[in-house]
Amino acid sequence: MKFDRRAFEAKGYLVVPGFIDLHAHLREPGFEDSETIETGRRAALRGGFTTICAMPNTEPAIDSPGLLKELLARGKTVDGARVRYVAAITRGRKGRELADMVELAAAGAIAFSDDGSPVEDSHLFRSALEYARVTGRPVIEHAQDLALSAKGVMHEGSVSARLGLPGMPAAAEESAVARDIALARMTGANLHLTHLSTAGSIELVRRAKADGVPVTCDVTPHHLAMTDEWVAGSRALAWEVEDEALLAVPYDSSTKVNPPLRGRADVRALWAGLVDGTVDAIATDHAPHASVKKDVEFDQAAFGISGLETALALVLGGVGVHWAALGTVIDALTLGPARVLGSDLPRDDWAVIDRDVEWVVRADELASKGKNTPLIGRTLTGRVVATVVDGELRYEGAARVAEAVNGR
Amino acid sequence: MKWNRRHVLDTDDWSRDEIETVLDQTRAMIEILQRPIRRAPPLRGRTVILFFAESSTRTRVSFELAAKALSADVTNITASGSSVEKGESLYDTVRTLQALGGDVVVMRHASSGAPYFVAQRTDAAVINAGDGWHAHPTQGLLDAYTLRDAVGDLEGRRVVIVGDVLHSRVARSDINTLLPLGARITLSGPPTLIPLAWRCGQLPPGVTYESDLDRALDGADAVIALRLQRERQESGLLPSLREYSRVWGLTADRVARMRPGAPVMHPGPMNEGIEIDASVAHGTRSLIETQVTNGVAVRMALLYLLAARAGPPGPLEERA
Repeated sequence: MKFDRRAFEAKGYLVVPGFIDLHAHLREPGFEDSETIETGRRAALRGGFTTICAMPNTEPAIDSPGLLKELLARGKTVDGARVRYVAAITRGRKGRELADMVELAAAGAIAFSDDGSPVEDSHLFRSALEYARVTGRPVIEHAQDLALSAKGVMHEGSVSARLGLPGMPAAAEESAVARDIALARMTGANLHLTHLSTAGSIELVRRAKADGVPVTCDVTPHHLAMTDEWVAGSRALAWEVEDEALLAVPYDSSTKVNPPLRGRADVRALWAGLVDGTVDAIATDHAPHASVKKDVEFDQAAFGISGLETALALVLGGVGVHWAALGTVIDALTLGPARVLGSDLPRDDWAVIDRDVEWVVRADELASKGKNTPLIGRTLTGRVVATVVDGELRYEGAARVAEAVNGR
Repeated sequence: MKWNRRHVLDTDDWSRDEIETVLDQTRAMIEILQRPIRRAPPLRGRTVILFFAESSTRTRVSFELAAKALSADVTNITASGSSVEKGESLYDTVRTLQALGGDVVVMRHASSGAPYFVAQRTDAAVINAGDGWHAHPTQGLLDAYTLRDAVGDLEGRRVVIVGDVLHSRVARSDINTLLPLGARITLSGPPTLIPLAWRCGQLPPGVTYESDLDRALDGADAVIALRLQRERQESGLLPSLREYSRVWGLTADRVARMRPGAPVMHPGPMNEGIEIDASVAHGTRSLIETQVTNGVAVRMALLYLLAARAGPPGPLEERA
């Protein structure tokens, strides 16, 4: 259906450019019980995302031009958001040999990442950055010192001490960020640090940018809105006061994510980074998992939060308490990620937003196969009511939208 | 009754009244255990399932004796020989437990938080018999009982907990149980085995950290030594067991720094010669065997209170 922008605006909805997600997991091929390209693209539309960058930690990993081309062809056959593919940095994401990066870029890889793992070997990572520079594509790095995070399953702090869970210290991220920045400075390659979660990481990027290092970064909606107290059962968003009535059972594996939910001071630092431009983009790290991976003991559960469909409401919450301006977060969902990819905004992609509507997150209403979010049952404010790709209305939610269209 | 819990998962949110109710009930149970025939009928017809997914002889036997002393039917699902070792998921085990229909599930598990997982998915009352590094509520309660019995009111008393606090569910439960009773706690041990947040002052009110064990013990009212797992050295957390025992081992000289007569406790099993000298472990101040005896009574008290909540339990006295 053709998109009639004025009909929506007349109803008081906000129409903004379609969102671009630099970081989503579509799980296909290999883990289709958790998500498929089709369900992931539908979930994206419901979240207002018109372009999503799919991470290559599939089985097999997206590390060959042949597989990449096949996936691009598959993507044309279903409806939904536009999918771009991030190719693996190393063969099989094993961190030992570089993938054929030049050929992958020629086949359509939009960026490179071994996401889920860092490239531990600093020499190999240097080579990856040198190659990335030749292709003109950014390297998206998951910054984590694996020896330091060890067997951690949540943020190391007073909450992990209380719960008796092994912690991942902030320094495990920050020391990797420092290394990555040093290598970006040396090679001049475009380094994009994804899902930064600590105050120290943001400060390192702030200084590197001031020094002219070609580094960009993103943060996730869940790290902007939730703290490590959520592992202990809190369900108060970072800007809300603790509410006994909202308390959930502790050790809920839906709060287990990597990097882990951090402390309150870290959350504030991420917002400060958004406001002063240190943070370029908000990316979901949408990580859907089949229930068998999550319905287990906390320390055995898979890391990840299903995030495409709740991203907007979470960041609007921070706007509501003036932690950032509306324009700042919309830029971080649109222009910011486009710049990271070195591209312009698509000309006719739109997201239509109802800023005031309250809605309850329900598992059976999520289009994603991944129901793994600690927001299930929570009331959020603000929702995408329609999404437009290439001028075509591809998603239209709820009765209020139908009414808006008919009532013109 | 001040006690109305459906499960015993952690004592971290228990009030002083709730803890004292259990300790008072424990005293009544100790009387039963002192009778010539150590058996009372209140749990007749009720089923207690012991689900130990991590091996433990002492705690399991203690619960078994407790349940049998109250005339419950007791059945075991242990790690060895059960499907847990064959890779059956906890979810499957819970469904089985639910289908078996026990009234109480007593569980030990290597994963912190596992009892919450089970409690959410079963109608039975769940007692946490130790989960990962998180909690061991019955140990905390039996330590509180034993201490109170030995030194009286704990208000203002200072208890030293020394050793591997980081990996210790006993330490966490002791802290949670002793603090509401008015005790103050001093933690001591190697920096690598105390949570960083706790060494940086983010401690619950009433708890302090003192790395120097001699100073920690000066004038203390009691000490609880924790078991040191030998793997800690291999994982880079300790230089050597020899050094550990020199610096943080409980010796007679160190124990003498405490208030005269101050007791020594240990949750067992002990590594004599590492965290505690044999002379201290078996000395006059040691309450280590009393802890074991009291453990049965505390577990009887909890089983009784949980059963009472589910429906009137039978009498504690056999009717003539």
